Amino acid sequence: MTALIPTCDDDIIEAIRLARSERASIAVEGQGTKREMGRPMQAKRVLSMRGMSGITLYEPAELVLSAQAGTPVAEVEATLAARGQMLPFEPMDYRPLLGSTGEPTMGGLTAANLSGPRRIMAGACRDSLIGTRFINGRGEAVKSGGRVMKNVTGLDLARTMAGSWGTLGVLTDVTFKLLPRPETTLSVVFHGLDDQQAVALMAAALGSPFEVSGAAHLPVGIDRIAMTLLRLEGFAASLAYRAERLRGLLAPFGRCDIIEQAASTSLWAQIRDVRWFCEPRSEAIWRISVPPSKAPAMLAQISAGRRIRHMLDWGGGLVWISTAPTDLAGSELIRQAVRQAKGHALLVRASEGARGTDGTFEPLAPAVLALSTGLKKSFDPDHVLNPGRMYSGV
Amino acid sequence: MGIAFPVPDQAIVARRDEIIAGLSRLVPADALVISDDERRAFETDALTAYRKMPLAVALPSTTEQVAAIMAYCHTNGVKVVARGAGTSLAGGAIGQEDAIILGLSKMSKVLDVNFADRTMQVQAGITNLAISDHVMPQQFFYAPDPSSQLACTIGGNIGMNSGGAHCLKYGVTTNNILGVRMVLVDGTIVDIGGEAMDAAGYDFLALIVGSEGQLGIVTEATVRILRLAEGARPVLFGFATSEEAGACVAAIIGAGIIPVAMEFMDKLAIEICEAYAKAGYPLDVEALLIIEVEGSDAEMDATLARIVEIAKQHGVATVRESKSAMETAAIWKGRKSAFGATGRIADYICMDGTIPTGQLPLVLRRMDEITKHYGLRVANVFHAGDGNLHPLILYNVNDPEEAHKAEEAGNDILKLCVEVGGCLTGEHGVGIEKRDLMRFQFNEADLAQQMRVRSVFDRQWLLNPAKVFPLDGRTAG
Ligand SMILES: Cc1cc2nc3c(=O)[nH]c(=O)nc-3n(C[C@H](O)[C@H](O)[C@H](O)COP(=O)(O)OP(=O)(O)OC[C@H]3O[C@@H](n4cnc5c(N)ncnc54)[C@H](O)[C@@H]3O)c2cc1C
Ligand SMILES: Cc1cc2nc3c(=O)[nH]c(=O)nc-3n(C[C@H](O)[C@H](O)[C@H](O)COP(=O)(O)OP(=O)(O)OC[C@H]3O[C@@H](n4cnc5c(N)ncnc54)[C@H](O)[C@@H]3O)c2cc1C
Repeated sequence: MTALIPTCDDDIIEAIRLARSERASIAVEGQGTKREMGRPMQAKRVLSMRGMSGITLYEPAELVLSAQAGTPVAEVEATLAARGQMLPFEPMDYRPLLGSTGEPTMGGLTAANLSGPRRIMAGACRDSLIGTRFINGRGEAVKSGGRVMKNVTGLDLARTMAGSWGTLGVLTDVTFKLLPRPETTLSVVFHGLDDQQAVALMAAALGSPFEVSGAAHLPVGIDRIAMTLLRLEGFAASLAYRAERLRGLLAPFGRCDIIEQAASTSLWAQIRDVRWFCEPRSEAIWRISVPPSKAPAMLAQISAGRRIRHMLDWGGGLVWISTAPTDLAGSELIRQAVRQAKGHALLVRASEGARGTDGTFEPLAPAVLALSTGLKKSFDPDHVLNPGRMYSGV
Repeated sequence: MGIAFPVPDQAIVARRDEIIAGLSRLVPADALVISDDERRAFETDALTAYRKMPLAVALPSTTEQVAAIMAYCHTNGVKVVARGAGTSLAGGAIGQEDAIILGLSKMSKVLDVNFADRTMQVQAGITNLAISDHVMPQQFFYAPDPSSQLACTIGGNIGMNSGGAHCLKYGVTTNNILGVRMVLVDGTIVDIGGEAMDAAGYDFLALIVGSEGQLGIVTEATVRILRLAEGARPVLFGFATSEEAGACVAAIIGAGIIPVAMEFMDKLAIEICEAYAKAGYPLDVEALLIIEVEGSDAEMDATLARIVEIAKQHGVATVRESKSAMETAAIWKGRKSAFGATGRIADYICMDGTIPTGQLPLVLRRMDEITKHYGLRVANVFHAGDGNLHPLILYNVNDPEEAHKAEEAGNDILKLCVEVGGCLTGEHGVGIEKRDLMRFQFNEADLAQQMRVRSVFDRQWLLNPAKVFPLDGRTAG
């Protein structure tokens, strides 16, 4: 496999033209940090976006930033932090979990729709994404959205690029809405709850007016005693007030403690990156999105048939599972429980063999798969870009 | 006036009786509107300068009926225009002589409320306000709040990706929809998304929200509901110049404060709204900001103190805090009835461009020049926090020359919005109104990609075909 490092639109267009004429495919990557995710592909060339890097627009007073797709996420986050701002959706860093190296890029973050704990309050990556430019599989430069906060002009192709894993186009520029960085933060923590109680507690907290910006449950197995965490962000006086009100509201769930700023910040970074599941590396990792209230029963069903470790984020709406290397039976058990819970699962970490045979993405209903195949074709008729990364034929 | 419609397909028009007979086998008799008199109610939407008598109107009451109608129309090559409440300001719900209107107004039920997961399932024809009203006893609400919320439907909101005054904090429709049940053009029923926070595979919801009835007929939606804040308080800030008001908005955001709402009105808009709503708006200022904050009393006091401090640095002339729920209601009534109140004094067309907020002073000055050039008056109301402008260009609909000038002025303003880095429409949609301006914002490759995606869902372009894409140079398939 040869690596191509384009430095401008025309380089990408040329690479795509060549691939189409040779009927070959291209694997698109930022810096390869999520190479281990998705279905394995047989690509002739890798297109690395690292040569197209740099912040192209930053207007702090307008809460907007644009960057070329190869820009390291770290560079963007540092630039924003210097002005007291942040990406609202708290993107996770997959490197610890996948054991990969390299710098995650803004294009990769967008293509994977990476969203962390703050998603419950500030939305996902796709919610903050207001504009993209990309080269489609026909070798045409296309823009959608822009740099303004509200824009309903035409079909929202920009947002569609989020979570498309490089199968629709090679992103060249992305534009995001920003948020001011909160003055301070703390966590309210409850101890010793089971999944059912924890999800009920988190639902009560998230259904309160006290603006909880993170709600996670770390069951026994991650620590000796289960911890249910509620994160608050804002100015100090407001935090103290909200913590006190939550303590009152949630008294039926027992006593709670406060985790102060520094400890809270590092704990939420661990939750965001699922640090507890990095080892042992042999275990398979599943990421499950589910209506929060259905998570406990789903977990009970899975753990009845298989030894697992798990943790909950997004108030129970995001379930991480670590389990023995995936075999067909194990996969089917998990997929079935997830389906019953009206959720969907992504096999994040597994051997190449397992990713190839089972597929890593949630199987789609036939009508939706047909639309997906059609969508792929409308962007990339010759299946040049990351073919099969998400679904066979897509 | 200047906007063209495609030439009706006479073969379809000639088959009207047969088509009505076909449809009447699929839905109960009271679900079909055929007489001239009754059809007239569906001739236009809120872009009343344009009217088209539809072939017939179908008002189904179940998803299965919608599916049957779509399958029939697909087989018979009949075009279909989806309609909620017909409050589109862009002409999005206007029909055509060779198309049926498919109205969702009979499908207005709440199907399920799940407070634990903060989701609600509703039928597409329910009004925006009825969703919030349904969960208000439990102190929950559905966030996007278009001023038309008493009438407009969630299906229409999805069609246009509608916004509202409080979207600065809570996002627009696309940020608040978790799933839809949709009938495809051939009658296939699909579920996209659901009750989980995201969906598997491609983000089809992103495409469907804002697709103006061109990808399918939405019959049900799962929406995100939120707990109401403990309290909310709007404050009026009057300024001697629009520039000061604009700079104040930028400074507030720059200081790291995101109020729930920041609404701007210029002098003419203030006068019009005050005369209508008696909200106590100051009449001796050139520009007014309504800034709303949320939280406990102490939190609101603290945030407001910071905002007032910033406003003072920007020469604010008057500051008035709402002291009661009644005052709060009056303040919002004035703002939310801006279009209606304007309609009482003149005909108007409402523009909807968005600009980078930093360009506000320049754009205000240029808009003034543009409307003066055409000899017209403009009243400005807009969502200042996110740069979404609503210049209301006043004219007389019975004066063809003035009507023409109003359209020209509107077009010039929208081109200006694009020139300074913004877009043609921030929340009202393209419809027919901005269709022919799309090339100012998009090049051929941009538009062709959108059209190919549209064709994935509707190969023959039977769904709301007169809208969004310029009539010439359409590429299907
Ligand atoms: C030398 C080499 C050989 C390789 N051989 C193979 C092989 O044989 N088989 C194989 O399956 N993989 C192979 N890969 C890995 C493959 O290229 C990656 O899996 C894929 O490109 C994903 O990139 P990523 O891991 O960098 O993810 P990230 O950079 O983290 O990106 C995540 C997702 O976003 C997409 N993405 C990143 N940037 C953009 C962008 N600008 N526009 C659109 N989408 C974007 C990626 O395609 C990916 O889907 C190889 C990589 C290298 C460097
Ligand atoms: C006084 C006034 C104030 C307004 N204020 C605002 C505001 O603050 N913010 C804002 O964003 N808009 C505003 N609008 C515009 C309008 O109310 C919105 O666009 C609204 O969402 C339209 O809803 P509707 O039910 O009336 O839809 P319609 O006008 O009937 O249809 C709108 C579009 O959606 C499509 N559609 C409708 N239902 C469906 C369905 N079930 N499936 C698929 N497609 C469908 C139609 O084909 C059409 O393209 C205002 C309008 C008026 C008249």
